[in-house]
Amino acid sequence: MNDMKSMSDNTPSSPERRRFISAATVTAAGVTLAPGVMLIDVAHGRPEEQAASSAVRWGMLVDATKCASGCDECVSACSTENGWTPVAESAHPKQAPQWIRKLELQDPLTQAETNLPMMCQHCEEPPCVDVCPTGASFKRADGIVLVNRHTCIGCRYCMMACPYKARSLVHEPLNDTQKPDVPRGIGCVESCTFCVQKVDRGDGTTACVEACTASGHNALVFGDMNDPESEISKRLRELPTKQVRADLNLNLGVRYHGI
Amino acid sequence: MASITFREVEGSSLKYWMLFGGIGLFVLFGFLSYLYMHHHGHVVTGMDNQIVWGLPHVFAVFLIVAASGALNVASIASVFNKPMYKPLAPLSAILALALMLGGLLVLVLDLGRSDRLIVAMTHFNFKSMFTWNVFLYSGFFALVGIYLWTMLDRNVKAYSKAAGTAAFIWRLTLTTGTGSLFGFLVARELYGTSMLAPMFIIMSFAYGLAIYLMVLVAAYAWTGRPLGDAVMMRLKSLLAVFVAAVLYFVVVYHLTNLYFAKMGSVESFILRDGGIITTLFWVGQIVIGCVVPLVILLSGLGRQRSWIMIACALVILGGIAQMYVTIIGAQAYPLDMFPGMTMKSSFYDGVIHTYSPTMAELFLGLGGVAIALLVTTFAVKVLRLLPANLDDATVAKLEH
Repeated sequence: MNDMKSMSDNTPSSPERRRFISAATVTAAGVTLAPGVMLIDVAHGRPEEQAASSAVRWGMLVDATKCASGCDECVSACSTENGWTPVAESAHPKQAPQWIRKLELQDPLTQAETNLPMMCQHCEEPPCVDVCPTGASFKRADGIVLVNRHTCIGCRYCMMACPYKARSLVHEPLNDTQKPDVPRGIGCVESCTFCVQKVDRGDGTTACVEACTASGHNALVFGDMNDPESEISKRLRELPTKQVRADLNLNLGVRYHGI
Repeated sequence: MASITFREVEGSSLKYWMLFGGIGLFVLFGFLSYLYMHHHGHVVTGMDNQIVWGLPHVFAVFLIVAASGALNVASIASVFNKPMYKPLAPLSAILALALMLGGLLVLVLDLGRSDRLIVAMTHFNFKSMFTWNVFLYSGFFALVGIYLWTMLDRNVKAYSKAAGTAAFIWRLTLTTGTGSLFGFLVARELYGTSMLAPMFIIMSFAYGLAIYLMVLVAAYAWTGRPLGDAVMMRLKSLLAVFVAAVLYFVVVYHLTNLYFAKMGSVESFILRDGGIITTLFWVGQIVIGCVVPLVILLSGLGRQRSWIMIACALVILGGIAQMYVTIIGAQAYPLDMFPGMTMKSSFYDGVIHTYSPTMAELFLGLGGVAIALLVTTFAVKVLRLLPANLDDATVAKLEH
């Protein structure tokens, strides 16, 4: 202790030395971070070792006025991308998982009809995450709500808690349609992941949005709601949107126009 | 105060082993049901993505609620210093432990991944009511276990009141936790109210005492030990008070809901249009579970032991009906995501969900009941839990 004290006493701090150290630190930080920053800029992806950032909040805009009756391109695309069997092909439709489904709404008074896709709303305050006993249900820093396939015990408390009926239990052994980057398993609960595998690859979109755009309906927009220059942010500024069950104040990642 | 002699049940007769074997058979059926469900997945049950908690939860939650209620007799003895209840306390404690064990086993064996129980024991999310319940259940075993020890071992008898008080406070907290499993759910209309916690507590008083009375009478009748009317009259009056309180809570709960327009349709579903749910509510929960037992217990019929037993059985059946309505009924009514609109989808949105439990689920649930009875049957054989004599003269001496 005394030695250290005397050493520091004997070494007067020079302004030159300090400047050198700060410059070196800045350079080192720049060299370390630049490739990462560049990668984000170029591809909107992120390297595996880099954690999801709360600077981003992934979200989706659903324009129900453009969502066509009878069209389920988004549902098929989700099923293909994520490897869950379409409900029509399931031997047990009531027990079959559905990550996204088309809702047909009708006002009994005016007979007005509305079509929209319903899936995990990626709440900022997700009730499923609150109630999960093991912490398997979790929200990533970038707002995506997921289930950890390794710690889900299949208690289904999250399914009881979700106001959007967004979650499904895998009731039976899975066939071999599983995708390598979308782990699933019997006895575990699952739901829409905002195609997290695509997001992390840097695709910047989801399978349902791609399918909706390809079909020419353009009812879905996906993007970073924290980036004021993103398409979704611009559209959200222009269009009046609502959150489903806004009374619960969950701050949803999915916003609907035309409901 | 006169002392009471506690004695083990001899348990060597053919009748004892037949009872033991009969109950054991149901434990075996329950285990086989679990293996079947675990092997094939929940696809072989009546549960689906609409009714996610089914008959096993009905039994599990009923047993857990009844477990804390079964401890009441012991609490009255040690916490509220009623000497007449002291000889009844050890059975009360063992029954509480046995029912809790049965309920918890059903709960964990119904998990989608029951093989991952160790994960539930090592990963905790303290915002989850389920996590809190894991600690409440473990603490219940520990505290009631210690309490039972202070009752059975003369060396630690001095700590009985302290242990009893701790167990009493813990059991109230535990049932608050059980009610709050549902009370803390924001999504469904019939949940999300603090009313469920006190309502579950009063229900536990009734269900636990009804089970306690039936076990007590059976144990004394089958072992030929004298059980006087003094004990029976006191306990049956207590049961009447508890059942009346349950009825009061249920009435206030539904009346409050009926007052709010937004709850109108879900209340109509439970009270009028819900088919089997409505029948179970009115016939099961209200008439069988509350009204008839009250009439029996408060009228002259309540002076006859066989009628008291009938009332207890009805309270238990009504309790299972109540759990069915509370757990299945609330899920059967679709989530109201767009109030005032009709909804249609491939995922059964906007339609009443039906549920037909399979034999596997029924036997898994009954297996939990059987575990509780088996543990009790075995415990009275190996431990000195039951007083040798509870006739009126012996009991009268305790009061002086």
